[in-house]
Amino acid sequence: MSTIKEIQDEIVEEFELFDDWMQRYEHMIELGKSLPLIEEKYKTEENLIKGCQSKVWVHAEMEDEKLVFTADSDAIITKGIIAILVRAYSNQHPNDILEADNKFIDEIGLKEHLSPTRANGLVSMIKQLKMYAIAYKTQLN
Amino acid sequence: MKVATEKAHFDVESIRKDFPILSRKVNGYPLVYLDNAATSQTPQQVINSITNYYSQYNSNIHRGVHSLSQEATDAYEQARIKIQKHFNAEKSNEIIFTSGTTHAINLVASGFTSLLEKGDELVVSALEHHSNIVPWQMLCERTGAIMKVIPMNEHGMLDLAEYENLLSEKTKLVFINHVSNALGTVNPVQKIIEKAHAAGAAVLLDGAQAAPHIKADVQALDVDFYVVSAHKMCGPTGVGILYGKEEWLNKLPPYQGGGEMIATVTFEKTTYADLPHKFEAGTPNISGGIAFGDALDYMNTIGFDKIAAYEQELLEYATEKLLKIEGLRIYGVSEEKTAVISFNIGEIHPYDIGTIIDKLGIAVRTGHHCAQPVMDYYKIPGTVRASFAFYNTKAEIDTFVEALEKAKKMLS
Repeated sequence: MSTIKEIQDEIVEEFELFDDWMQRYEHMIELGKSLPLIEEKYKTEENLIKGCQSKVWVHAEMEDEKLVFTADSDAIITKGIIAILVRAYSNQHPNDILEADNKFIDEIGLKEHLSPTRANGLVSMIKQLKMYAIAYKTQLN
Repeated sequence: MKVATEKAHFDVESIRKDFPILSRKVNGYPLVYLDNAATSQTPQQVINSITNYYSQYNSNIHRGVHSLSQEATDAYEQARIKIQKHFNAEKSNEIIFTSGTTHAINLVASGFTSLLEKGDELVVSALEHHSNIVPWQMLCERTGAIMKVIPMNEHGMLDLAEYENLLSEKTKLVFINHVSNALGTVNPVQKIIEKAHAAGAAVLLDGAQAAPHIKADVQALDVDFYVVSAHKMCGPTGVGILYGKEEWLNKLPPYQGGGEMIATVTFEKTTYADLPHKFEAGTPNISGGIAFGDALDYMNTIGFDKIAAYEQELLEYATEKLLKIEGLRIYGVSEEKTAVISFNIGEIHPYDIGTIIDKLGIAVRTGHHCAQPVMDYYKIPGTVRASFAFYNTKAEIDTFVEALEKAKKMLS
């Protein structure tokens, strides 16, 4: 099983293949299609991430001390962004999720999405994944 | 003999030179700024006005005996007169400087607290911006008054027959936007005001979206309150005005307490200053007020008739071009519209379109435009809104349409 860092590096390498923003966005949109989709019953107000212009739902479940994320969004760029995050953080131990940094977002040329004022809520998404990690970590203890 | 059928020449290229921001690049592309309904850009003349204030005569107004304070006070009061003349108010003390439209609406809503009783009715339209809904909802919570809503139709127009049904002797106030921010619909305000007055109700018009395109004459409209923001009409942010008929402004109690708004203060009792100062507590946005006056001078020099004619030309051109994009639907197709086009393309989320075309240097607004009831009516999460100003060009519209085609291809 790869570590978060290894997966992040893998994603960065993938994005390095592209020369311009358009190809990077196209790749991100492609990645959105591979997102493990949240079950309809979990598309609740509670699982909706605040601070996004589009809707983003994230659900977390614990399997063998690892957090498994599923998600969805009504906008496909947002779906691509959450897919990148889920790929890096899903199937990981809550402690590892909490310790992970997000430099790879910058490295794949999506730095502008990291601004807290950006309406897509990438920062809120990361925060939400980490909140789940905190919540489930408490359960483990 | 040559027949003069050509449209009057509008020298947009020379106008564009007044706006330094229009020559910058965004994400490597020349900026195409189509978010004018959110805020307009600022001409050098207005930038100079602000710079000149801070480099030549910055000082506090209305109280200093020194020369700078006199100069600043004169310039500020001169701006009030320019604004009075622009909107054709009868008196300059009917112009209250505020921080903008939202502040002006809150001022009036707060003032009506003591004028309403439980069961009184207020009438609003389904087309409103949240800032012309929420302050009145808060007023209803304070007073027990009830809010009634004029419905809209599929074209984004208000149902006037239903409006008349809503009016009664219980109606105390009607508040409506002159132009809808989300759709650009120009509302039939003259009729709305006449009917309200016949029922004995006062009318507040939110002119934020109208003022950049239409020169409103408050006396001809016979409107009781008219509110605007400077930053939508080439002025700076953080300043706007409340126009109110003198008799109404005298009826409303002061909004905020502080300096400037008093006549005498003792710990037992304070008496308030006359209009307009009664509503202008504290040091105002002095440079902003002065620059607002200069922004009006700038626009009036070009001429509102010419601006309106040119913007309509842009609106028609853009509408025609946009409708050629397959799957594109325009929301708000009222016959009388300002240069605003709210639309979606197929099932594509407006946020996705906005993000892609931003990478191509194009600024538009996406989302619910602070008018959720309008979006709920159409059962959509939001729209892409392109809003044009007199400094936009047909070439920019072409660039915009090409970018939309590109985005559509990527996102479908």
